[in-house]
Amino acid sequence: MITWTETKEIFHNGAWKQNSSLVQMLGMCPLLAMTTSLVNGFMLSMATIIVMALSGFVVACLRNFIAHEIRIPVFIMIAAALVTVVDLSMAAYMHDMYNILGIFIPLIITNCIVLARIEAFAAKNGPIQSLFDGAFMGVGMLWTLSLLGGLRELIGAGTLFSGIEAVIPGLQGLQIFPKDYPGFLVTILPPGAFIILAFLVAWKNWIEARAAARQHRPVPPPLAAGGCH
Amino acid sequence: MIHKTKPLTATTMASRTAVILFIFTIGFTTVLAGVYLLTKPAIDASSAQEKMRSIGEVLPPSNYDNELLTDTLVLPPTAELGLDDVSTVYRARLGGAPAALVLETVAPDGYSGKIRLLVGIRFDGSITGVRVTQHKETPGLGDYIDPKKDKNKDRPWITQFDGLSLDKVAPHNWKVKKDGGRFDSTAGATISPRAVVKAVAKALNYVAENRDKLYAAK
Repeated sequence: MITWTETKEIFHNGAWKQNSSLVQMLGMCPLLAMTTSLVNGFMLSMATIIVMALSGFVVACLRNFIAHEIRIPVFIMIAAALVTVVDLSMAAYMHDMYNILGIFIPLIITNCIVLARIEAFAAKNGPIQSLFDGAFMGVGMLWTLSLLGGLRELIGAGTLFSGIEAVIPGLQGLQIFPKDYPGFLVTILPPGAFIILAFLVAWKNWIEARAAARQHRPVPPPLAAGGCH
Repeated sequence: MIHKTKPLTATTMASRTAVILFIFTIGFTTVLAGVYLLTKPAIDASSAQEKMRSIGEVLPPSNYDNELLTDTLVLPPTAELGLDDVSTVYRARLGGAPAALVLETVAPDGYSGKIRLLVGIRFDGSITGVRVTQHKETPGLGDYIDPKKDKNKDRPWITQFDGLSLDKVAPHNWKVKKDGGRFDSTAGATISPRAVVKAVAKALNYVAENRDKLYAAK
């Protein structure tokens, strides 16, 4: 099964060290489009977590039956099937949220982080480890996208949690700034996502550099950003 | 996976991978078909509910007593309404008598592309409500045509159409104030409201000309 140290290691790796949005720079397209508010960023990440955890688990279970030469098409098929399951369930039971996230649910399959974790982790590790790896990679995306969405929403519109009624009926968004706050449009538009993301990346690198300095280690070079849409 | 046994021939390798891929395809297609069948009733119910809700915004349910979603008419692409695709007209009746029509119309000249609208028009030609169903207007600027984005929550911009008809507002007044008409718009964002006003007037004209045909058609 899985040990506590192993779990912690996978968690630290997914949520911080290899954070898909801040370090690997993967999934930039949904990041740009869906982090216009906290709720949207959070819900897209939740859908991604489900897909990543399940696809990691299923691939790890079936990995011995998948011939090496055709592993990529089979991985994609497994992940695409799970994305479709999430898509259909959302259309059925969370219709409002489904309308907001729209095309970005089926597009989870094009998020490189999904295939990247299957290929790099699930194809070589046990089912439980892979389930955790997928989920924790998603957790990294979750807190980053929620923070990014929250900042964009707060600066851009002066609200937080707007649109929560689509997830939990009866709840209302919060007006943080006074009602006559004019808004700051650029943070809601796609360029704002890049600008605020850059601040978050800088903040993460600053924390790492400070921690390194405290332990009198040489500052590690920021992990290279590969990047794909 | 490293094969320590003798290398496979091309034919065995090809047929082996084909069989594996085939089995996986069959397996996952079955899973998807099952999930589709399981979720279909819930999806249908949710989309019917959603349709009723958006219709309810332009036509309050107290105006009719028939089954709106079944008393429909499919319009072929209609140039007068800016529609280049088939659309559905919902026909509301009260005690069997025609009460109102809910139809789709498109403003082709929005600031960034088409603006799709849902318009409710009573039998006497007055508007019960207008809602934007789809648009790509600039967030924070032209998107106040959508009441969800309108800063004026008490009296959103789009509600100024309520109750108006071609009799109450003369044809040359179906314009924004900036163009000499009677409809308000926000300074700096007149293109979106101008397009909406024009499209609503076109829908009224279309219904005025085709009213009896629309109610009677099977």
